[in-house]
Amino acid sequence: MQEEIFVSGRHIPNIDPYLQIWHWQISLYLFLGGLAAGILFFAALFYLLKKEDEMPATVKYATIIAPIALIIGLAALFFDLSHKLYVWQLYTTVRIVSPMSWGAWVLLITTPISILWVFSYYRETYPKLENKLQTFKRLKFLEPFEKFLIKNRKVMAIALIPLTLVLGVYTGILLSAFNARPLWNNAILGPLFLTSGLSTGAAGILLFAKSHFERTLISKIDLALIFIELALIVHMFMGMYAGSQVQLEAMQVLLGGSYTVMFFVFVIILGLLVPFTLELSEIIGFKVPVIAPAMLVLIGGLIFRMVMVNAGQLTRYLY
Amino acid sequence: MVIDTLKCVGCSDCVVACQTENNVPMGYCRDWVTETVDGAYPKVELELKSERCNHCDNAPCVRCCPTGASHIVEGGVVLVTDDECIGCGACIESCPYDARYQHPEGGYVDKCTFCHHRLEKGQNPACVEVCPTKCMYFGDIDDPTSKVSELLKTRKHKVLAPEAGTSPNIYYLIK
Repeated sequence: MQEEIFVSGRHIPNIDPYLQIWHWQISLYLFLGGLAAGILFFAALFYLLKKEDEMPATVKYATIIAPIALIIGLAALFFDLSHKLYVWQLYTTVRIVSPMSWGAWVLLITTPISILWVFSYYRETYPKLENKLQTFKRLKFLEPFEKFLIKNRKVMAIALIPLTLVLGVYTGILLSAFNARPLWNNAILGPLFLTSGLSTGAAGILLFAKSHFERTLISKIDLALIFIELALIVHMFMGMYAGSQVQLEAMQVLLGGSYTVMFFVFVIILGLLVPFTLELSEIIGFKVPVIAPAMLVLIGGLIFRMVMVNAGQLTRYLY
Repeated sequence: MVIDTLKCVGCSDCVVACQTENNVPMGYCRDWVTETVDGAYPKVELELKSERCNHCDNAPCVRCCPTGASHIVEGGVVLVTDDECIGCGACIESCPYDARYQHPEGGYVDKCTFCHHRLEKGQNPACVEVCPTKCMYFGDIDDPTSKVSELLKTRKHKVLAPEAGTSPNIYYLIK
């Protein structure tokens, strides 16, 4: 019998324990980035479909989450850098082959647009704020700018559709580009994170939606997204199941390893199946407080990113 | 670089030489020695290897780097430019050999440079220079008359994790 009895591996005291260099900051950012992408995507989509007045939460009210999420997410990313003063180097080059590079550029464009979008609606969404601002006469100079933005909402919406889709896909591709971490290294992660991002976006909108029409429509969209997400997760496992040795081992972390309980209880059951059932029963006619499925989807989305970021870093080639 | 696993005794002189030459911070190293025991008693085999950055032809660290700080210089050596590195960790996550680390004081990412400053002077990397059993060879694999090419032509060899698809440039002679 031929077998490997012993491999000493490495014992580098300050490197090996820290090879898992990405922590909660990255998971939080991936979640917030997906959430913002989802909310802005639906806002832009329903604006272009001329549903502005029928779906005020989607187009106007919920969008306040997007710039806040993006700014918190970017701050988390920034604090995770170890050579912070050189962060501007991201914007000295465009590297097509590096997902992080185009992520940085997309965020540079999307974040200001999200702020402008919210600003262009502030008179309608926050009438009290408007009254207060009128006492500051100095802000008058912003009025022509505001009119300009209102006139150009269509341009912003058209730009937001591709930008948010790229942002949503990028949160997944960022991880799948790393061939050294077999759990991440599968092409399905891009569409999977996009779907999950759109689903959390829909859940975020549900928290703001007041009319029955809007709530039902967004719930239906979310139902479809949860279904697609479950299908993509099945696809991910099937792809790995048919994959190489390292992928088979990587899959074990989620199917019978240290993240199995976390993944199945919090992501699959509480984050996807339970909200799916709740939203379905609401559409059928049962009374369900809308906050329940929405919060479950949001928390499930966050835990999904945490599980994927942490579990992925356990899967390696050599050491 | 070619390393003869039959000659290596695992003394870690290469590790110490590298730390001294490159002023590597305490508790960190750019190269390391692994020990693998194969087989079942009484037929067991021991393999000792000095490992480091593989200066891959298809380097995932260079591909994933968002700023271009990680790059391949003429001759094939993979280097990191300190003041272009933002310390995002993408290259650390993308390296199947786990050869990179964040410098504790600088914050930028650091790793084996094949002693690029010595190569420029026509000298060998420090690890190769100090090896007491002369088990390491440094040279140009594209040159068919070089010592490394000769060794690879005549001896059985392997690379680490070829399935990762990185085309590594450190060869281990195994027979």
